[in-house]
Amino acid sequence: MIEFRGVTKRFPDGTEAVADFNLVLPSRKTTVFVGSSGCGKTTLLRMINRMIDPTEGQILIDDVDVASQDKVKLRRSIGYVLQASGLLPHRKVIDNVATVPVLKGTPKAEARAAALELLDKVGLDRSLADRYPRQLSGGQQQRVGVARALASDPNVLLMDEPFGAVDPIVRDDLQVELNRLQRELGKTIVFVTHDIDEAFVLADQVVILSKGGVIAQAGTPAEILAAPANDFVASFIGADKSKRDLHLQQREGDGGLTLVVDGDGRPLGVLGSDQTGSSSS
Amino acid sequence: MELLFSAIGWIFDGSHWKAGSQNPFPIQDRLVEHLLYTFVSVGIAALIALPLGFFIGHTGRGRQFVIAFTGAMRALPTLGLLFFLLMVFGYFLSYDTAPIVGATIAFVILAIPSMLAGAYSGLEAVDRQVIDAARANGMTEWQILTKVEIPLALPLIIGGVRAATLQVIATVTIASYAGLGGLGQIISNGIGLNDYDRILGGALLVIVLALGVDALFALAQRLTATQGLTDHRPATSGRSSSRSAGPHASTGA
Repeated sequence: MIEFRGVTKRFPDGTEAVADFNLVLPSRKTTVFVGSSGCGKTTLLRMINRMIDPTEGQILIDDVDVASQDKVKLRRSIGYVLQASGLLPHRKVIDNVATVPVLKGTPKAEARAAALELLDKVGLDRSLADRYPRQLSGGQQQRVGVARALASDPNVLLMDEPFGAVDPIVRDDLQVELNRLQRELGKTIVFVTHDIDEAFVLADQVVILSKGGVIAQAGTPAEILAAPANDFVASFIGADKSKRDLHLQQREGDGGLTLVVDGDGRPLGVLGSDQTGSSSS
Repeated sequence: MELLFSAIGWIFDGSHWKAGSQNPFPIQDRLVEHLLYTFVSVGIAALIALPLGFFIGHTGRGRQFVIAFTGAMRALPTLGLLFFLLMVFGYFLSYDTAPIVGATIAFVILAIPSMLAGAYSGLEAVDRQVIDAARANGMTEWQILTKVEIPLALPLIIGGVRAATLQVIATVTIASYAGLGGLGQIISNGIGLNDYDRILGGALLVIVLALGVDALFALAQRLTATQGLTDHRPATSGRSSSRSAGPHASTGA
């Protein structure tokens, strides 16, 4: 469990990124901070592993104040995935994945063997182990970044717009993979994104932030979609636009299938056919 | 043209290389002196400039000061500095040590700016995202410096050492003014005798020495450029070099 208690961050130039922020992030769940740029979501994330220290307030992981812990030790116990993978360009993929265990003193051969298993886990072929990061595609680099973050088997995983720089098809893949991994591993994931759809795909808890780190609404995707707390949330999730305004449509000549269409009548999919005995087409 | 061939002929004259022959010969003694002054000066300068450059490049502190300071250092005429230092140290030190100390300091001051610039600009050129990730992964500042920044900046750092070394090799020629020998002694001796073979031969030797050392540095720069940054081809599975402790237990690169 991660808890923010009255956290404020003021930068030396006077900007207040976050003011009196209070929130509990449940263990073994995925919490997604979502908001437009400048809402303080990355600042919140980076305060968890003390890449940024709060001006006021406390952050607790399992009831221990992070400020009381050694920065380096704390960071080694928390996985971190960045937008631009941040892999070490002069080290092979396998050594990148093994970075943190080696820093912690695991023998190199052992750390490498474990790193190979992690490559399997994130869906990368073992033949890529001896390549350098530049020889990989953007999506592959992000998978390596995830593998590196998991290498020390941390309880907490911080992800700062990790899929922001890859193309939409790869991003969908990575989102599906992350959900699969999370079902398998059950980490406490804190995920930052500006993409509300990504938030809904991944989150157990969505936290919508407005400027200055103010929580506009926090809840499950269903809660937020069903009852946007205010106009800001409604417009942020697109509830005021036709894409969330879905209808069912039945037409002649569709073989009895029911289509799901948006507010503009554009078909989005087909309603699951588990009630009627319609003949499949 | 004839002058040039004559000078080359002078260099290859075996009697000029005979051990124990009269000043300014034998040539190899002057060569060794020249290299010795160069490497001692560059070595001392490196001990000062590289740690300072790493500090500035890593922390970003003191950058403005150093740019202004090294600019001023570059503007110092080394010959004038040499004479000034000879006078100052001649006052305090013995007749034997004053020229060595004075000349070495002049060469060190000459070598510092390029090396300092290479070190801090090399570190500054490292991708901030990579450093940020290394820190977030729990590397200490020292580990970030030694395992991330210096390896990635190595070609630029060596480039700075290379530029400094060439400057010093060229300038050590004036050490003969302080009575310290080096290849400059052949030239100044030739000027005294109005012997053009000697003047040109000495100058050619300085050039060949400079080019030879430069070639070595170019090679070092190429070898230290990290494979991950230059090689975009898929890596071959290099197992031949490693003992088969495991499929991927290759010796640390």
